[in-house]
Amino acid sequence: MSFWKDPLKIAADWLMSIFTGWGMPEIAAQILIGFLGVLVLLSLLMVLDILLVWVERKVVSRFQSRIGPNRVGPFGLIQPFADIIKLLIKEDTTPAGADRVVYNLAPILSMMSVLVLWAVVPLAPNILGVDLNVGALYIIATGAIGTLSIIMAGWSSNNKFSLIGAFREVAVLLSFEIPMLTTMLIPTIFAESMGIGTITQKQDVWFVFLAPLAAVIFLIAAIAELGRAPFDMGEAESELVSGYNIEYSGMKFGMFYAGELLHAFTFGGFWAILFFGGYRFFGLEQVSPFLAIAVILFKALIGYWVIMWVKYTVLRIRIDHMLAFNWKFLTPVAFTLLMVTAFMNALLRGTPTWLYVLVMFLSNVLVAWIALEMARSYSRKEREKVESVKKTVEVSHS
Amino acid sequence: MTGEQIIFLVVALFTLGSGLMVVTTRNLVHAALWLIATLFGVAVVFALLHASFLAVVQVVVYIGAIAILFIFAVMLTRKELRDQGPQLNKNWWFGALLSVIMFGGLFALFRGWSGLSKTAAALPSDFDTVTALGNALVSPDAYVLPFEVASVLLVAALVGAVYVAFNRK
Repeated sequence: MSFWKDPLKIAADWLMSIFTGWGMPEIAAQILIGFLGVLVLLSLLMVLDILLVWVERKVVSRFQSRIGPNRVGPFGLIQPFADIIKLLIKEDTTPAGADRVVYNLAPILSMMSVLVLWAVVPLAPNILGVDLNVGALYIIATGAIGTLSIIMAGWSSNNKFSLIGAFREVAVLLSFEIPMLTTMLIPTIFAESMGIGTITQKQDVWFVFLAPLAAVIFLIAAIAELGRAPFDMGEAESELVSGYNIEYSGMKFGMFYAGELLHAFTFGGFWAILFFGGYRFFGLEQVSPFLAIAVILFKALIGYWVIMWVKYTVLRIRIDHMLAFNWKFLTPVAFTLLMVTAFMNALLRGTPTWLYVLVMFLSNVLVAWIALEMARSYSRKEREKVESVKKTVEVSHS
Repeated sequence: MTGEQIIFLVVALFTLGSGLMVVTTRNLVHAALWLIATLFGVAVVFALLHASFLAVVQVVVYIGAIAILFIFAVMLTRKELRDQGPQLNKNWWFGALLSVIMFGGLFALFRGWSGLSKTAAALPSDFDTVTALGNALVSPDAYVLPFEVASVLLVAALVGAVYVAFNRK
């Protein structure tokens, strides 16, 4: 066993020998090593987060036919560091009448709700925080903390715009949680476990081939959970200025902003883990954990890029349309798909893999087709109703 | 005292303290936030008991849904978020007496019970609590009937809510 094969264990053993050499009891050394591991992971994530600012700005500028930051350093790579220095030396303001404790707690909770997600992210077969047996639910639970931070920020700022923004955002978050959790249960059925690590290991065939519709619904729900366009009603800069974080300045705003970017990247990662095999790529993950980490970061970046692609292409949807789309279309489809998948899974137990994949794929296509057909006939009926009203109005006028 | 006991004591004190703050604070939104802290403490207690499913569901359902709806309801219905009236009414001594008697009775009862001094057998390392819970919920020998009855009750509540809110044309 070399460092190339299992770096975490080698590092932990080495640290353990040093700490016990200092006369530290073994249990204390273990706790200390655990803390150090978390510290290293979080530091790397924060550094990654800084670079994500650059990635986001560069990508959005390309979508909008601009060049983006290109003055500070090669390709503008030093730009995010300049941004951070600006945020740090900005005046830290608190609005009059704000609820100080809640106001200061909100950005911390917002950032924390994103960082704790990484406890269950499997970076390589032997590099993961913990393979919780309730991993899928854990992701939703951390989302609940994020929702809480938004409503805390909106309320404590003592500002009507931020409160309205928080209300809208929370309404969207609460609604889209349901199709998201439902589609997360579909990989759970395939893997027979809610553990994120186990779900990755079971993907000899990527789950996107078994459940393409679930992957699409998960992506839509994830974009809504992130509060990004076309579901960024909570920000709605043309009417609410900037939503729930309007009163925050300096690094407190920076926490919300960095949290949002890292959240988007993390959900790109979860999309890859649940449906695109996580760190698995044609046996590359068996060669070395470092290659596995490279694979999952690459897949997460692709997921993040898709989320950005949607954000900078699609226009914002009105909030009642957004909620109606969720409750009347996405949620029923997700539930139907879950039931069909569970039924088919029970029916096809013990059949060869190619048949299993084929039937699952076809049943997904069938559910998607029926759902779209029903939506189309409904909208045609609505359109006819509007047309007939128009006609009667014209007749009565003439 | 083991590490687990210390963690339990800290969490229990935190839970009780925030529970006390829920009823004593005058600001309604603060009360809701303290309630969230209390519920989070209960989730940690579940996690200490290796009931990971219950711990996570506690956070998802109580903090993610119910507490947020509390805050929504408070903000949308009350103009004045600060409670002005007295916090105690004239029956406070009777309530205090009842709770002291209840606590004393439970304390006396549990002192005589041998189950409290036993230590639970350690779970085998490959024991999957979620699988066991899932099997128990759908097995006829265990909880399938209460589970189904609760589901029907929830569906009835859902249908009722839709009926009340339905806009008849």
